[in-house]
Amino acid sequence: MLLYFACVLGIGAVLKRYVRTSEDFFLSGRSIPAWVTGLAFISANLGAQEVIGMGASGAKYGIATSHFYWVGAIPAMVFVGLFMMPFYYGSRARSVPEYLKLRFDEKTRGLNAVSFAIMTIFSSGISLYAMGKLLHLLLGWSFDASMLVASGIVLGYIFLGGLTSAIYNEVLQFFLIVFGFAPLVFLGLRDVGGWSGLVDRLGTVAHANGYAAGAYTRSWAFMGDAGANPVGVEWLGLVMGLGFVLSFGYWCTDFLVVQRAMAANSMTAARRTPLIAALPKMLFPFLVIVPGMLAMVVSSTGVGGPAAASAVVQGVPAAVTGAALSAPPERAAALRQGIVPPKLDPHTGNPLTDARGHVVLDYDLATPMMLVHFFPAGLLGLGLTALLASFMSGMAGNVTAFNTVWTYDLYQGYVRPGASDAHYLAMGRVATVVGVALSVAAAYVAASFNNIMDFLQLVFAFVNAPLFATFALGMFWRRATGHGAFTGLLAGMVAAAVHHGLSLPAGAQVGVKGGYLGVVTTYPSELAQTFWTAIAAFVTCCVVTVAVSLLTPPRSPDALRGLVYGLTPKPTDAVARWYERPAILAVIVLTLTLVLNVVFA
Amino acid sequence: MGIDLRTPVGGLFSALGVLLTAYGAATRGQPGTEPTGVPVNLLWGLVLLGFGLAMLALARRARRAGRSDRGP
Repeated sequence: MLLYFACVLGIGAVLKRYVRTSEDFFLSGRSIPAWVTGLAFISANLGAQEVIGMGASGAKYGIATSHFYWVGAIPAMVFVGLFMMPFYYGSRARSVPEYLKLRFDEKTRGLNAVSFAIMTIFSSGISLYAMGKLLHLLLGWSFDASMLVASGIVLGYIFLGGLTSAIYNEVLQFFLIVFGFAPLVFLGLRDVGGWSGLVDRLGTVAHANGYAAGAYTRSWAFMGDAGANPVGVEWLGLVMGLGFVLSFGYWCTDFLVVQRAMAANSMTAARRTPLIAALPKMLFPFLVIVPGMLAMVVSSTGVGGPAAASAVVQGVPAAVTGAALSAPPERAAALRQGIVPPKLDPHTGNPLTDARGHVVLDYDLATPMMLVHFFPAGLLGLGLTALLASFMSGMAGNVTAFNTVWTYDLYQGYVRPGASDAHYLAMGRVATVVGVALSVAAAYVAASFNNIMDFLQLVFAFVNAPLFATFALGMFWRRATGHGAFTGLLAGMVAAAVHHGLSLPAGAQVGVKGGYLGVVTTYPSELAQTFWTAIAAFVTCCVVTVAVSLLTPPRSPDALRGLVYGLTPKPTDAVARWYERPAILAVIVLTLTLVLNVVFA
Repeated sequence: MGIDLRTPVGGLFSALGVLLTAYGAATRGQPGTEPTGVPVNLLWGLVLLGFGLAMLALARRARRAGRSDRGP
C-alpha cells in the first residue's frame, strides 16, 4: 500500500515539470492518447459508490443490476463518442458549462456551473465519508486519520500535476481495481460451484423472497411485470428512465467524465475515448456485481478446513458483526444471509426489521465482507488497496472537475475576467486545495446529519434529470434559443420535484422519499419512482424548451457554426487502421453489449 | 507528453507481484494463509508480475521505436 502511495505522488511530482499553462493544468494540454483517456473515463466514474454500491445492488437485486451497465451506460457512451464529442471537442470549449455559454447564453451556463460545482463537492464529500466509515469498521482505523490521509494524497497529486496527474493515476487505479477484485470473483465462484452453482443457490434465495427461481440470475426474463423481479421496475420505465434519460444525462453531459475525453490528443482520440471505455465497462458487472451476488450465498463458515475457517470467522468479520457494532455476534450471525450481515439500529444495536418483519440486510457491506472472507493476509492488502484506489479515483475526478469549472466558468466568468493565464493557473491550484478542504467539510456534515445527505442527493437528481434534453436540443436543433434552454431547464427541475412530491414508492413513509405534495400514485419500488421522475423532467424540459424557443428570436447560423449539428462539417477520421475508426468501434461495442444482454436475459 | 504511463504501471505491478509471490512462497502451507485451499498469494503474485513485466516490455518497445524514428 505504501508502495502505491509513493508511486501516486511520484507521478504527480514528475508531471509537475510539464505544467506551464492553465490549459496544461485543466485540460492536460489536450495531449493524451486515447487508451489512457479511455481508461480514465471509466475510472473517474469507478468511485466508491460504484464498487460498493454495485456490489450492494448485486446482493439486493441480483444480475438485474447489470442493466445499469448494459442498458444504463454503454448506449449513452457510444452516443457521446459518436455524436456529441465533435461539438465538445470541436468547439474548443474548455468545460461543459462553457459549451452551454457558446451555444446558448450566460445564464444557462451560470445555472449549470453553479449546480455542478456544488454537486462535485458534495459527492466527493459523501465518498470520503463512506471511505472513512468503512475503514473504521473493517480495520478499526481512525475515521479522521484515514480521511485526512486519503484526501491529502489526492490533493498532493492533483496540486502538482493537474488533470494529467489525475488521469494517469486513474489509469493506475483502474488496473489496481481490476487486479484487486478479479481473484475475489474467481475464489467466490469456485466456492459456490461455478456459475451454475450460483444460479442454484440464488434460486433458493429467490423462492424464500417470493420470486421465481431465476429472478436473481436472469436480467430480462422477469421485467414484464414490476412485481415479478427484485428491482421492482417494468421494462418501459427501465429503458426510458434509466437507459435513456438518466444514463444519457450522466454520460453525455457530466463534465466529470467528459473532461477526460476533452483531454485527448485529437478529435478522433476524443471520440474514441468513451468507446474504448465501453469495452471494459461492459465486463464490469462480473467484477463488481457478481461479488455482491456471491456474498448472499457463500457458506459463512469458510471453506479451507477448520483452522483457516476459524481464522477468517474470528478475525475480521467478528470485528464487524461483534465488537465494532456492539451487537451480540452469535445473534447477528444467525440473521445474516450468506455473509451479508443484518443492518443494526445505531441506537439500540439490535438488527433492524422492515414492515413485514423481515430482517433488513446491510447490503453495503456485501463486497467488503467478501474481501475479508476470501482474501488471506497478503492478497487482502491488495484488495484493500484496490478499495482505497476506488475511493481516491472517484474523489480525484470530482476535484479536477470542480477546479476547472470554478476557475474557468465561475472565477474567470464572473469574478475576475481577463487576468493573465498564470493567474488562472495559480487560481486552479488554490481551487484544488479549497475543493479538497470543502470535501472534507462535506464529509463531516454527512457524518453528523444523515438526512441532509439524502435530501441533497434528491435535489441533485432534480437538477440533473432534465440536462440531457437541453444538450440534445442544443446540439441537434438549431432553432433552440438561450431563453428556451434556461426556462426549459428550470421547468424540468420543477417538474421532477413536483412528480416526486406527488408519488411514493410502495411501503415508504411520506417525507424525503416523496409524497410531500399529496400522494397521487404509488410505484412498486424506489427505483421505479426515480426512473419515472427522470422521464417527467425530461419531457417537461423538452416541451418548454421548444415552446419558449419558438417564441424568442433565433441566433444567426453563423454564430452557431461548430456548435450545432447540420452547421458543422462532419468530422473525418484520418486514421489508417480500421479498428481506430469510431464508427466501427461503436458497432463492435453495441454488438457485444447486445450479446451480453441476450446471454443473461 | 512527459512520461509513458506504461512505465510506472509496469513498475508498480512488477513490484507488487514480487512482494506477493515472495510472501505467498514463504507462508506456503501455514494455517490461515490459504482459507480457500488455493495458494492465491503465490498464484496471483505471479499474475501481477507477468502483467507488470508485459507493460514494461511494451513501454520499452515503444521507446525503441520512437528512437529509431528520430534516428539518423
